Amino acid sequence: MPRPAPAALLLASIPFAGVCFSVPLWDRIEPMILGVPFNVFWLIAWIVLSPLCLWAAYRIETARASRNREPR
Amino acid sequence: MSPSAIALAVICAIVGIGAGAGFLAGARRKMDLEQWTTGGRGFGAVLTYLLMAGEVYTTFAFLGASGWAYSRGGPALYILAYLTLAYVVSFFLLPEIWEVGRRHGLQTESDFFLHRYGSKHLAAFVCVTGVVFLVPYIQLQLTGLGIIVEVASFGAVGRTPAIAMAVAVVAAFVLASGVRAVAWVSVLKDVLMLAAALAIGIGVPYAHFGGIGKMFAALAQARPGHLTMPGATTNLGHSWFISTVLLTSFGFYMWPHAFAASFTARGADTLRRNAIVMPLYTITLPFVFFAGFTAVLVAPGLSNGDLSLLTAVRQTFPAWFLGVVGGAGALTAMVPAAIFTLSAATLFAKNLYRPLFAPAMTDNEVARLARVMVVVLSLLALYFAIYSSTTLVSLLLLGYSGITQFFPGVVLGLYWKRATMRGVFAGLVVGVVTVAVLALGKHDLLFGLNAGFVALCLNFAVAVAGSLQPPEVQAFDLPVGGE
Repeated sequence: MPRPAPAALLLASIPFAGVCFSVPLWDRIEPMILGVPFNVFWLIAWIVLSPLCLWAAYRIETARASRNREPR
Repeated sequence: MSPSAIALAVICAIVGIGAGAGFLAGARRKMDLEQWTTGGRGFGAVLTYLLMAGEVYTTFAFLGASGWAYSRGGPALYILAYLTLAYVVSFFLLPEIWEVGRRHGLQTESDFFLHRYGSKHLAAFVCVTGVVFLVPYIQLQLTGLGIIVEVASFGAVGRTPAIAMAVAVVAAFVLASGVRAVAWVSVLKDVLMLAAALAIGIGVPYAHFGGIGKMFAALAQARPGHLTMPGATTNLGHSWFISTVLLTSFGFYMWPHAFAASFTARGADTLRRNAIVMPLYTITLPFVFFAGFTAVLVAPGLSNGDLSLLTAVRQTFPAWFLGVVGGAGALTAMVPAAIFTLSAATLFAKNLYRPLFAPAMTDNEVARLARVMVVVLSLLALYFAIYSSTTLVSLLLLGYSGITQFFPGVVLGLYWKRATMRGVFAGLVVGVVTVAVLALGKHDLLFGLNAGFVALCLNFAVAVAGSLQPPEVQAFDLPVGGE
C-alpha cells in the first residue's frame, strides 16, 4: 500500500483548515480588501496559497521517492 | 439585423467552429476501443491540463455560480472553497489511481472496484450508480444551453428546440471522434471563457457602479446580509458550508468521467504537478460571482437566478458580445456533456452489459454498443431537461450526494489493506440508499448538515466496521499492494 509522508499530509491539511473548518472566523464583509468583501478576498487568497502548500508537499514526496530508489 | 439575430448568429458561428475542430481532430487517426475512450494514454501536460480544466468550467460554474451569488448570496462561496480543496485531495489520490490503472489496463471507475475488490456485483453496482447520477449532470448542461439560447434570442427561440439541436451536435462529435475531439474543443472554449469571464466580471460592475469596489459597497449597504452566510437563505449556515465543502471536494474526482480522465494522463507525476497548478485556473471564477452580485442590484426580481449573468450581460453590452458569451457558454455546456455521455456509455457497455450478459463480446462489439448508448443517454437527458424545472445547483448537489459515496471504497481500497469487499459494498449500499430516501423526500439538509454528507459518514462507518468483521472464508490475495 502506498502511504503519503506525514509531513505532506500535514501540509495538505492547512488549506482545509484555511477555507473549510475556520469559516466562522472569516465569513464577514469588513474589512473590505481591494474593494472585495473579506470572505471573498480570503477565498481568493487561498486559490494562490493552496498550490504553495501542495508544492511543498510535492518536494517532500519526490525527495522521499528518490531516497527510496537508491540502492542500500 | 435585430439584436437577437446578431447574438444568435455569433453563437451559431462559435459552436460551428468548435464542432468542426472536433471532427477534424478525430478524422486524422483510426480509433480502437482504448484510443476512443482514453486518447491512447499519450496526452502531454498541456493537453491533460486543458482536458481537466474543460471539465471544471461547466455550465454550473458559469451560470450556476453566478445564479447562486444572485439568488442565495454568501452560501455560493462554497464553490470557491471546494474547488481549491478538490485539488488537494486529487494530489494524493489520482497518482495512485493512475498507477493501478496503468499496471492493470483499467479504463473506468467500475474497473477499479472490480480489480481491487474482485466482485462483479460490486462493480456492476458502482456502474449503475455512476450512470444514474451522471444523468442529472448531463441534464444540467442541456438546461444551461436552453437558458443561453433563451436569453440570447430575447425569448424568440424556445428552450426545447435549442436543447434538441445541442443534443444532436454533442452526440455527433462524440460518435465521430471520442475524447480527442473534446480536448481540442476545450482549447477554443477555454480561451473564450477566460476572455468572457474577465470582461463580464469587470465590465458589468464598472458600467453600472464605476468599479467592483463601488458595487460591493453599494450591495453591502442595500442588502447587508446578502454577502455572508446564510445570505438570502434561512438554513445554509456555517455547518452546511463545512459539510457541503467536504462532500463536494471529496467527490470531485469520484465522477466516473473525472476518474476515467485521470487514466489519460502521461504519468503519475503529471497528475501531481497538475494538482498543484489546477487551482490557479479557478482564479477567473470570482469574476463570475461579481457579475451575479451586480445583478442583485441591476436586474432584481428574476424568476430564475440562473438567468442573472446573461441578463446582466444583455443589459450592459452590445448584442454581438452577448453572442460571444453565449457561444462560449454553449461550448462550455457541450464539452462536459460530451465527456459525461461518453463515460456513461462506456461504463454501461464495458462494465455492466458485457460482464453480466455477454461475456463473449469482442472489443469492437463493445465499442459499437457504447455508440448506441451515447444516443440513448442523450435522448434520456434531453427528456429530463425538457420536462424538469429543477435549478442547476440543485442538480449538481444531488449528483454529488450520490457520486461521493464511491469515496470510502476508493480511499480504503488504495490505502487500507484490510478493507474487504463485504464492508465496502455494505457501506456503499447504505450510503446510496440514504441519499435516495432523503432526495425523494426532498430533504437536502439534516441537522443543518448537507444530507449527502450524513450519508457519506454512515457509508464510511459501515465500510470500516464491515471490513473489521472476521471473514467467513480466508481472504484471497489482494490484487493491490501485494508487493
